[in-house]
Amino acid sequence: MQPLSTGSSSSVARARVNTGPRRLLLGLALGYLALFLALPVAFIFIQALAGGWRAYLTPMSDPMALAAIKLTLVAAAVAVPVNLVFGVAAAWCIAKFEFTGKTALTALIDLPLTISPVISGLLFVLIFGLQGWLGTWLSARGISIIFAAPGIVLATVFVTLPFVARELIPLMAERGKDDEEAALLLGASGWQTFWRVTLPGVKWGVFYGGVLSAARAVGEFGAVSMVSGHIRGRTNTLTLHIETLYNEYNMTAAFAVSSLLLLLALATLAVQTLMNRAESGAAGG
Amino acid sequence: MSIEIKGISKSFGGFTALKDISLSVATGELVALLGPSGCGKTTLLRIIAGLEEPDRGGSVRFGPAPGAAGPGTNSADGGHQIGFVFQHYALFRHMTIFENVAFGLRVRRGSGRLGEAAIKEKVMALLRLIQMEMLAQRYPHQLSGGQRQRVALARALAVEPRALLLDEPFGALDAQVRQELRRWLRRLHEELKITTLFVTHDQEEALELADRVAVINAGKLEQVGSPAEVFNDPASEFVMNFVGKVNLFQGRLVQGQPVFDCCADAPLLRFCARAHELEIETRHNGGSTLPARIARMLDTGAQVKMELRGREGQAWHAELSHDRCRELGLRDGQEIWVRPRQFRIFPPREARA
Repeated sequence: MQPLSTGSSSSVARARVNTGPRRLLLGLALGYLALFLALPVAFIFIQALAGGWRAYLTPMSDPMALAAIKLTLVAAAVAVPVNLVFGVAAAWCIAKFEFTGKTALTALIDLPLTISPVISGLLFVLIFGLQGWLGTWLSARGISIIFAAPGIVLATVFVTLPFVARELIPLMAERGKDDEEAALLLGASGWQTFWRVTLPGVKWGVFYGGVLSAARAVGEFGAVSMVSGHIRGRTNTLTLHIETLYNEYNMTAAFAVSSLLLLLALATLAVQTLMNRAESGAAGG
Repeated sequence: MSIEIKGISKSFGGFTALKDISLSVATGELVALLGPSGCGKTTLLRIIAGLEEPDRGGSVRFGPAPGAAGPGTNSADGGHQIGFVFQHYALFRHMTIFENVAFGLRVRRGSGRLGEAAIKEKVMALLRLIQMEMLAQRYPHQLSGGQRQRVALARALAVEPRALLLDEPFGALDAQVRQELRRWLRRLHEELKITTLFVTHDQEEALELADRVAVINAGKLEQVGSPAEVFNDPASEFVMNFVGKVNLFQGRLVQGQPVFDCCADAPLLRFCARAHELEIETRHNGGSTLPARIARMLDTGAQVKMELRGREGQAWHAELSHDRCRELGLRDGQEIWVRPRQFRIFPPREARA
C-alpha cells in the first residue's frame, strides 16, 4: 500500500503557522515590559530596602507621612462612593435611553480623561480660590476649599469621574432593556428592578470601575498638586509627600513611601485578576 | 380577559410602524399576529403590553372575564396582570431557574404577598408543569434554547396573568425543538385557557397553533380569520402569498375562464392559484393552458411537488398526487401544459382604501 503522501510527518502534522514572527513579537513585548515596567518597579523596592528594614519603616511612621496617608485615604473614601453613584446613574441613562444632551453628557464624562490633570486642578483654583469666582463669598463665611482638604477631595472626585461610567456604559448597553422590561411586566417597581435586575447584572463592572477609581484617586498628582498648597502635615497627599521627600534629596525615604503606592498598584492588579477569573467562572457574569 | 384594540397607530420619527389597527381577542382565545419581518407585529404586541405608547387616538381595553362584574379597564395594571415572553427569553442571568420563576411572586407588595413556603410550592408546581423540576438550581446559561423558552413561559405564568403575550416565542430555536414546543404550547393553552396573543413570521406555526390569525403587512391589518379562512379565502394577494405559495398567471378572463392567447382588448389580470389547484396536461388543450417545462420533481412526501418553468421564465409550483403523476407519466425535464383549475383574482392594491 502506497503512502498517501511522502515528506516528513512533522511538516504535515504541525500547524502551518510560522512560529518565528510570533516568537519575535512576544519577545519584543516582554522586553518592553521588562525594561519600562519590571525593572523600575524592582529598582524601587531594591532602593527602598537598601538601608535595611529600620530605614524602610521609619519614613512610614513619620507624622507627616501618616498625615499624607490619612488625607489620601479620605480623598479616596469620598471620591469612590460618589463616583460609583454617579457612574451607575449616568451609565444607566446613557445606555438605555435617548434624550437631548445625551451626546454632550457622554463627552463631558470623558473630559477629565482628556484634559491635563494640571488644568483640572487649575479649574478648581479659578473657581474656589481667593481670587476665584466664589472666592470672596467663601472667605466671608470662613470656608477654605483651596489649599485645604476639601479642595483635594474635590480635585480627586473630578479626576476619577469617568472610570465607573465608562466601565458600565458598554456593559449596560450590551445587556439591553429586555431584562428590565421583563421585570417591570412581572410587577416589579422601578427600584426593585434596579436592585434585583439591573445592578446584579453589571456587578463585576461596578467592582472594576470602583477599583480603577480607587487606584487613580490614590495615585493622582497633577490636579491635587495645583489645589494643595503643599502644606506639610495638612494638605500633602501621599504623592505630594513623595515629591517633597524627593525634592529634599531624601531618597531612601522617598523610595520607601513610593513602595506603598507600588504595593497598592500590585494589589489592584491582583484584585482585577481575581475578578476576571470569578467573572468568567460565575453564572454568565 | 378579553382584549379590545381600536385604531392603534404608531410612528417612530418618519417611519410609520402601525396604521389604524383594530382587533378583538375574546377571552381564552389563541390569536396569532402573522406577518413578515418589520411589519409592525412586535410593535403592536409591545403596545398591548404597555411597553410602548400608541399615537393619539388609539386605545387598548381589557375586558373582564365573562361572568365577572365590573367594566373593563384601560391599562394592563390594576389587577389585570399581563404575561410577556420575549423573543430572546430575557431570563435573569444571575438568578437560578427557581429564582427566575419566583421573581414575579417575590416582588409583590401588599396584600398579594406570599410567604416563602407558598412561593416555593407555586414555583415547583410550575416547574413540574414545564417538566424541569430537577433543574431548579441551574442557571440560564446552562440550559438549551428550548429549556430557556419553557422557563420564560413558566416565569410569565407564575403571576397568574389574565393574558399571555408571546413575541416570536420559537423563532430562535431549531426546527425539531420548535415542533415539540408548538405542540406543547397548544396543549398548555387547552389546559389553562388563558387569552393568548403571539407574534410570528412563520405561517405554518400560525396556522397550526392559532384559533384565529391576524395577517399584518407594512403596519396594516390585511385579514383576520380562522386558519382555514385565511388559507382558503385570502382577502388579498399578499395574504395568499404569505400564508402559502402562490402561482401567478397573467391573462384575460373570458366567460369565467382564464385565457392566455387571445382577446388583447380585455384587461390583463393576475390569476392566483395554489400548488394543488394547477392541472398538468401532456398536450395543448385550448387557450387556458400555458406551456412549461418540469424543472424539478420532488417525489418525497404525501404529494409529488414540481417546479415548473414557463416559456417566459415564469416559475410555478404544482402539487399532484402520486397516482396522477404515474397516470401522466411525468418525468424531470418533460415539456407539459399547465392550467389553473381554480384561481382567485384580487383587485389591484391601489384600488383599495
